[in-house]
Amino acid sequence: MPDATVVLDRDDMRRTLVRIAHEIIEKNPPHESERGLAIVGVHRRGAILGRRLHGLLTELTGAEVPFGSVDISFYRDDLGLRDHGPGAPVVHSTQLDFPIDGRTIVIVDDVLYTGRTVRAAIDVLFDYGRPARVQLAVLADRGHRELPIRPDYVGKNLPTARDERVNVRVEEVDGDDEVTISALHAGSPV
Amino acid sequence: MSRHLISIDDLDRAGIERILDLARSFAEVSGREIKKVPALKGRTIVNLFYEASTRTSSSFELAAKRLSADVVNIRSAGSSVDKGESLKDTVRTLSAYDPAAIVIRSPWAGAAQQITGWTDAAVVNAGDGKHEHPTQALLDVFTLTQALGGLEGLRIWIVGDVLHSRVARSNILAFQRMGATVTVCGPPTLIPRGIESLGCAAQDTLANLGEADVVYVLRLQQERMQEAYVPTLREYAQRYQVNRARLREGQIVMHPGPVNRGVELSGEVIDSDAALIDAQVKSGVAVRMAVLYELLVGAPVLQVVA
Repeated sequence: MPDATVVLDRDDMRRTLVRIAHEIIEKNPPHESERGLAIVGVHRRGAILGRRLHGLLTELTGAEVPFGSVDISFYRDDLGLRDHGPGAPVVHSTQLDFPIDGRTIVIVDDVLYTGRTVRAAIDVLFDYGRPARVQLAVLADRGHRELPIRPDYVGKNLPTARDERVNVRVEEVDGDDEVTISALHAGSPV
Repeated sequence: MSRHLISIDDLDRAGIERILDLARSFAEVSGREIKKVPALKGRTIVNLFYEASTRTSSSFELAAKRLSADVVNIRSAGSSVDKGESLKDTVRTLSAYDPAAIVIRSPWAGAAQQITGWTDAAVVNAGDGKHEHPTQALLDVFTLTQALGGLEGLRIWIVGDVLHSRVARSNILAFQRMGATVTVCGPPTLIPRGIESLGCAAQDTLANLGEADVVYVLRLQQERMQEAYVPTLREYAQRYQVNRARLREGQIVMHPGPVNRGVELSGEVIDSDAALIDAQVKSGVAVRMAVLYELLVGAPVLQVVA
């Protein structure tokens, strides 16, 4: 990608996720959270990062932490406003195979920006049940919030301009692990 | 995808696959405790049914409601249609409510296409006479994909009253588009002349039914028969009923419903594991949610009047 500045490389990303996993356990000691913890990733890269965090947490606590994923397509607040067609985002299935009532749910996403995605993800959760607590973990927080939403766990704060783009690449989809910032080209999707 | 869904011909293979993908997500929504997503909140969908229907009308209504749309159901019986209001005036009147979509079922071929000129709403054909019933074909493709993984290379026999069947026309197109080969079979009086021009083969006996992977049985549409197309129901059943004796192990049986039990399909087959009929009904809601979502989410919510 031309004109892209690397802000987190492969090792940074691994260390960051390990740190977030420790922070999650510190904030939610296994013996205290009554019905337990669960990790829920937001499709698509949030779900991949969430799955990694889930692996780390299972390793650290020695107990199986449930993992799920949500797709927020049907909950967007801009349906009908966006261009739509073959280039539109692919809709994935939401998978929450465990009861979420009374649990502490950590939503995982790659980049926190306006907060609208997180708002939608919380709405999805509440259509499944009533979690005791909802927390938010993001790999990068780029600012420019449009809703009163703040993350509980942040990989890296990235002050950006609106005309910049934060690209999170993950090995499972993109072939490598990397976070970069680039100038937003005219016509590219936000 | 165009703004309306009138015929399977409005969709190429990629378009059908997109709807199948969406339908899979909506099937998941239908499995939740709260079977509703806010995707079409604040939009209105009119269901305009000029013909009897249980499955199609109820599943379109549920589909719209599970997308959080507001639904108005109009049936010809009990509406101003009874007082002689024309289709055009009815559509004009309903369009005054500014609906996002009109779902229409009518006994007249071409009615769905016709009303696209009289309304700004997206039009979904829920069956127009003997012409087409595209959402039925899509839900059948979805059901088969869920059961078998895909249609590529499948041999599908469509058996029965092909002449009066809009389901047959839509399904022949959709099955072939997804890579299946289609054979239609029925008494010569109930096979339209020139059906081969759609790309399928035609047979007038069930002798080779064993070659089919899927047997799609059609309803004998007695309400559309003003003349004698078959001598008696008993004789029809004798030659064309799909029953256990005529099926081999491993064949899948489908039927769009409602079934004339004991006429085109024997009771024991309907109730057997070979039949996907209940799965077809269940697919109906998810697939119709997918169609409404696909048609409406692209269109602007507010239209600026110049």
